[in-house]
Amino acid sequence: MSVTNAPGSAPARSAGRPPSMGGNFSAWSNRHRKWLFAAPAMIFVGVLIVFPLAWTLYLSLTDSQGSVRAATEFIGLENYLTVLTDTERFWPAVGRTLSFTGVALVCEVVLGMCVALLLWRPFRGEKWVRVAILLPLVATPVAVGMMWRLIFDPNIGFANQLLGMVGIPAQPWLSGQDTALGTTIFMDVWQWTPMVVLILLAGLTSLSDEPDEAARVDGANSFQRFFYITLPLMMPTVIVAILLRGIDALKTFDILYATKGKGGGSFHEVETLNVYAYGLSFDYNQYGLSSAVLILFFMIIIGSMWLLTMRKKAVSK
Amino acid sequence: MTVATPNQTSAATPQVIRRRRKPLPTRLYKVFRVVALIVVVLFLIAPLFWMLLASFKTNVDIYDTGKALFFSPTGENYANVLQRNNYFVFIFNSFWVAFVSTALSIVLGVPAAYAMSRFTMHRSALVVLMARVIPGVSLLVPWYYVFSNLRMVGKFEVLILSHMFVALPLIVYIMMSYFDSLPLELEESAQVDGLTPIGAFRLITLPLAVSGIATAGILSFIFSWNNFMFALVLSGSNTKTLPVAIFDFVSYASIDWGGLMAAATVVTIPIMIIALFTQKYIVSGLTAGATKG
Repeated sequence: MSVTNAPGSAPARSAGRPPSMGGNFSAWSNRHRKWLFAAPAMIFVGVLIVFPLAWTLYLSLTDSQGSVRAATEFIGLENYLTVLTDTERFWPAVGRTLSFTGVALVCEVVLGMCVALLLWRPFRGEKWVRVAILLPLVATPVAVGMMWRLIFDPNIGFANQLLGMVGIPAQPWLSGQDTALGTTIFMDVWQWTPMVVLILLAGLTSLSDEPDEAARVDGANSFQRFFYITLPLMMPTVIVAILLRGIDALKTFDILYATKGKGGGSFHEVETLNVYAYGLSFDYNQYGLSSAVLILFFMIIIGSMWLLTMRKKAVSK
Repeated sequence: MTVATPNQTSAATPQVIRRRRKPLPTRLYKVFRVVALIVVVLFLIAPLFWMLLASFKTNVDIYDTGKALFFSPTGENYANVLQRNNYFVFIFNSFWVAFVSTALSIVLGVPAAYAMSRFTMHRSALVVLMARVIPGVSLLVPWYYVFSNLRMVGKFEVLILSHMFVALPLIVYIMMSYFDSLPLELEESAQVDGLTPIGAFRLITLPLAVSGIATAGILSFIFSWNNFMFALVLSGSNTKTLPVAIFDFVSYASIDWGGLMAAATVVTIPIMIIALFTQKYIVSGLTAGATKG
């Protein structure tokens, strides 16, 4: 539109109106920038979430199995009935999912808090400790699973060599029916405690020193100061850590599948809901049944998140 | 104390004071702290070190517990993995998928995070963040349905799309808390000076957000690089990523431990090197929004 400008009005042009064609578009886009900016991402996520979720819900009501191109028949709530009365695979999987998540979370939060407190005040060599904390966190879970497979190998693994040194008999670890789940929890704790440490440390450093200082002046010892001052102040951060870690722990798949393979081992020792649903879908092609499991699994996740968010609101008050 | 005894010799006094200031429990705690930190570091590093050692051992040496730490290192495992098993292809696949999905997610996610932060679109943000909660399998089944009917399973496009699904919510989440922390005044004064709102975003806010975008980008790259489940279902033999390639390593009868550890090292080393150089960004990204309540 600079054409319409009188020659010699260059200074005015640089400061003045944008071209009118572009001007309309620019004005329009500025007015609607809220949705213009947000819409592409939301449509992308919406199409990739809402549609699949609706489809999963639909599949859970059909007898879809075998091939994805096979014809399906609507069978109502039969899949749910089958799943909810299945005490052989489904309910044990629910139990394993909850105990895996629960035990791992407790270990990670307690250990994470201890390590965060150790790191709280500056010290020499802090940089190196921080690097050590970061490494497990970024390591590829499948590779980590393979690494632990070697370490926990009953015959050649380092774990049993270590136990042998202190005179404890060798353990079957991953290959034991009773020890496999505990071993995978250990792996999860190794990999993800650092995450909790980082979150809690960020919380600790953002705390003001004053309450702690005041309690110190009043003669409180360090245990009292931690349990009566620091911990209550840290509670919201602790719950955020539990929330973030809990969601991922419930959905743990990589290390379980990498260490025990299909079906969570030959006795389904580590078969959590996610592993079970994956196996039903892609190892046995029972799409209808697996969709029902997934919907129930999803409800468990949402339910536990909701409980935690409520708890957080109560604590923050 | 020095005030009370002004006549004392100056050489002895400071030492006495320092002793008094640090009671026994404090000194004990210092020792305890050093020991505890060493234990923590060993616990975190030793397994990785063990993996690295095993990757340089022959399988005979791995089975010989006497040669746990002392052995003659060999590069054969790496040569095997990289040449015979074509790991360069998988490295490229992993890199390409992570890079493209991260780049596209930044293009989509940064403006969205900006809008959600500035217009406090909580409900919209919730939709995007839902993606972090939903179990991947429940999306994989319908995706697999659709893409296999379109005969697109095994193509890079599908793999990138699925990885964007992890990357985008992460980027929106991190960038939202980053934009929340940027002061509004800068944009407002830029608009007073004649910039349009979008102009202010482009010329003022975006340059300020570069370190936030770096944070989000690095983390999203790492998450995509590490992702296993989506690639397990949606990748083909040409598009296989490293985690799937490692998994395939053990699906045969006997495990080649040396090769497996070399493969595991190959997949973790690049990401660890990135992490070492971008430590601050990773930490700030992982803890984004965690302390605000």
